[in-house]
Amino acid sequence: MTNQSDLFKYLLHLGDNALIHSYRLSELCSRGPFLEEDLALTNIALDQIGRASSFLKYAGEIEGKGRTEDDLAYKRGERQFYNHLITELPNGDFAYTIAKQLILSTYDVLLFTELSNSKDETIAGISSKVLKEVRYHFVHARDWCYRLGLGTELSHTKLQNAINEIWMFTGELFESDETYNDLYSKGIAVNTNSLKAKWLENITEVLTKSEINIPNVDYMQSGGKQGIHTEYLGHLLTEMQYLQRAYPNAKW
Amino acid sequence: MDTQLDLWEVFIQSKIGAHHVHAGSVHASDAQMALQNARDTYTRRNEGSSIWVVPSKFVVASTTNDAEMFFEPANDKIYRHPTFYVMPEGAKQI
Repeated sequence: MTNQSDLFKYLLHLGDNALIHSYRLSELCSRGPFLEEDLALTNIALDQIGRASSFLKYAGEIEGKGRTEDDLAYKRGERQFYNHLITELPNGDFAYTIAKQLILSTYDVLLFTELSNSKDETIAGISSKVLKEVRYHFVHARDWCYRLGLGTELSHTKLQNAINEIWMFTGELFESDETYNDLYSKGIAVNTNSLKAKWLENITEVLTKSEINIPNVDYMQSGGKQGIHTEYLGHLLTEMQYLQRAYPNAKW
Repeated sequence: MDTQLDLWEVFIQSKIGAHHVHAGSVHASDAQMALQNARDTYTRRNEGSSIWVVPSKFVVASTTNDAEMFFEPANDKIYRHPTFYVMPEGAKQI
């Protein structure tokens, strides 16, 4: 028998990654560098909202206390969020946003390839749909890395700086978590530690082609999976959850 | 200074076998970006199954000045429409 509270937390982790990442991307709505790219980034944000909604809805069902995906998105505090820290980082400049997209979409393609074979049918179903979306997110980010990396001296510098700054948030993506040992062994969840080598290979290929160096980083940030966050998440949630906090159960 | 990227014309095929129909244009710095921007701009509501993008600079257009010479001679030649045939009984189209 699977421990339902572990599965619940794992689903929150999957849902929160998409929800917080989506929120950051939607902040760029009407602020993209040009119209078409504005649409591209907000399309990606919409894909992620859909993903968050699916996983959080399922999380609510597993929990069995009648909470909907909206309850879980808008009525939890930051310590109950289990997203990776990288998703809550501010957008920075365009190169910074693209560097985050590359890191996360490369990871997502590998993760959802595995999860689409999950022994949990609902996770497998959601993941098969998500996989098609994240393949596009990867292509979008990859091609922008080529353009920025091989573009002007300024665009190259900005992308290299972004990769340098964000790299310490990549370690967390591949931490295995004892909480989920049971889910790993049953083939329901994926121990992402097994994805690290392939991820590094894939991302190195893109960055090398973009003439960007992979930085040497000794210290990796950690904590998101345990609900310990950067200062950014609290600020993000105050804005995202404002309406439900100020006018509980407001509908329109 | 023109800060816009190059202009590309976008043609969308709504379903396999149908014609590609002009949908509009996008800005992009290269062919892949043009395809992706066309996808994000014109197929978000399930409009497409295939996309063509063509640099706008390669489109050769007739001019307004030529309109008279180009198109008016066809005005009085209704016999060019196949409307004078009698449909054989039972045929749905000829």
